Amino acid sequence: MSSDTDTSVTPADGGAPAAGAAHTAYLLGLGDDALIYSHRLSEWLTWAPMLEEDMALANISLDLIGQARSIYTYVGSIDGTDRGEDDLAYWRDERDFRNVHLVEQRRGDFGQEMARMLWFAAYHRALYAALSGSADAQLRAIAVKALKEVRYHFDHAAQWVVRLGDGTEESKARMQEALAWVAPYVAELFTDDAASVAAADAGVGVLPSSLQADASAAVAEVLREATLEAPADSRWHARGGREGVHSEPMGYLLAEMQHLPRSHPGATW
Amino acid sequence: MVTATIVSVDVLSAVRAIPDPEIPVVTIQSLGILRSLSLDSDAGEVHAVITPTYSGCPAMQAIEDAIARVCRAHGLRAVVTTSLSPAWTTDWIDDDAREALRRFGIAPPGRSGSGPVPVTLMARGGGDDARHTVACPRCGSERTSVLSHFGSTACKALRRCDDCGDPFDEFKALS
Repeated sequence: MSSDTDTSVTPADGGAPAAGAAHTAYLLGLGDDALIYSHRLSEWLTWAPMLEEDMALANISLDLIGQARSIYTYVGSIDGTDRGEDDLAYWRDERDFRNVHLVEQRRGDFGQEMARMLWFAAYHRALYAALSGSADAQLRAIAVKALKEVRYHFDHAAQWVVRLGDGTEESKARMQEALAWVAPYVAELFTDDAASVAAADAGVGVLPSSLQADASAAVAEVLREATLEAPADSRWHARGGREGVHSEPMGYLLAEMQHLPRSHPGATW
Repeated sequence: MVTATIVSVDVLSAVRAIPDPEIPVVTIQSLGILRSLSLDSDAGEVHAVITPTYSGCPAMQAIEDAIARVCRAHGLRAVVTTSLSPAWTTDWIDDDAREALRRFGIAPPGRSGSGPVPVTLMARGGGDDARHTVACPRCGSERTSVLSHFGSTACKALRRCDDCGDPFDEFKALS
């Protein structure tokens, strides 16, 4: 447990490195992954297979939006633009978003959501564990906090994948199909781009490729427990999200997510 | 002769006594959300540092507003800072609050838990959660099981007592 006597720690205490473009681009990628997946998960409200699952997915969505808010607030304070969290969430266009394609894909069936969550949470867990040693004090604080949350996300997805995989003939077949559905989007999580290379060089970020072994091993263990086969390597792989090149569902997602603040700027309730 | 007595309430005590907006039987101090508090009489300001239980906890704004309200009532201005580090842990919940939670029907968090059950511990076909014992806050039975790791708020899980049959909230251990 960390010392509970050190209560005077304020954001960026310990000296955040000067914020270069690569640094903020890297942070935006982390924030955008969390925000966009949070939005997709929020779509499950009232559609989950049972009430408890409505609550679980909403809670996970809430954790992710909390992480995104912390990251956006921080980015806005160091990139010289003085943008707030709402500016970054609602007033950037598709090409400015740096999230991976995995999180923007349309909601499929519940098995597909658990396959996506399993991979994303496995990635997130390895990511935040590594960022707990970041040279950027505020990012480190966000990561230490978020790590506790994403462990629960991984556990939740793992339990469902096991239950469905090692379940009935029907649930097993659909869970197996879900793994094949998610497979083409996995590689992008672990692909190094210019911003992450620069952030890793500066000790601020981590190379996504360095997280793959941990995350893949965690997923493989769940699949074994679930008596599921790892899907064959996909013939195509999603790419381009970190450069703002997105897939077709992204524009629709943003249209819905950004509609209210753009139609009624400054609206509060 | 009985007259109205102006009780000089210590503003700092009043801030410490602010109830949690979701679980009003415990205070922000006893939950460990209030990390530091000081009074700057010259500037007429109260400085408070708060930390969220979970990143997305929607109660943070309400807590900030409550602190401002209490300070205003004392003619002071509140300067509230949100700090993420060190990260909040359920180990900061004090004993009084644990007892208050239990009486309120919420099982207090275990002290040694460290997140969710690893999947390898999960016995297939029920009998889940070999992690720790959580006693039913109503009947005291230790035979309880997890219904969902995610309950009515971000910080709670949903459980059921295998003896009295009642469902109940558990404050999730986070260390």
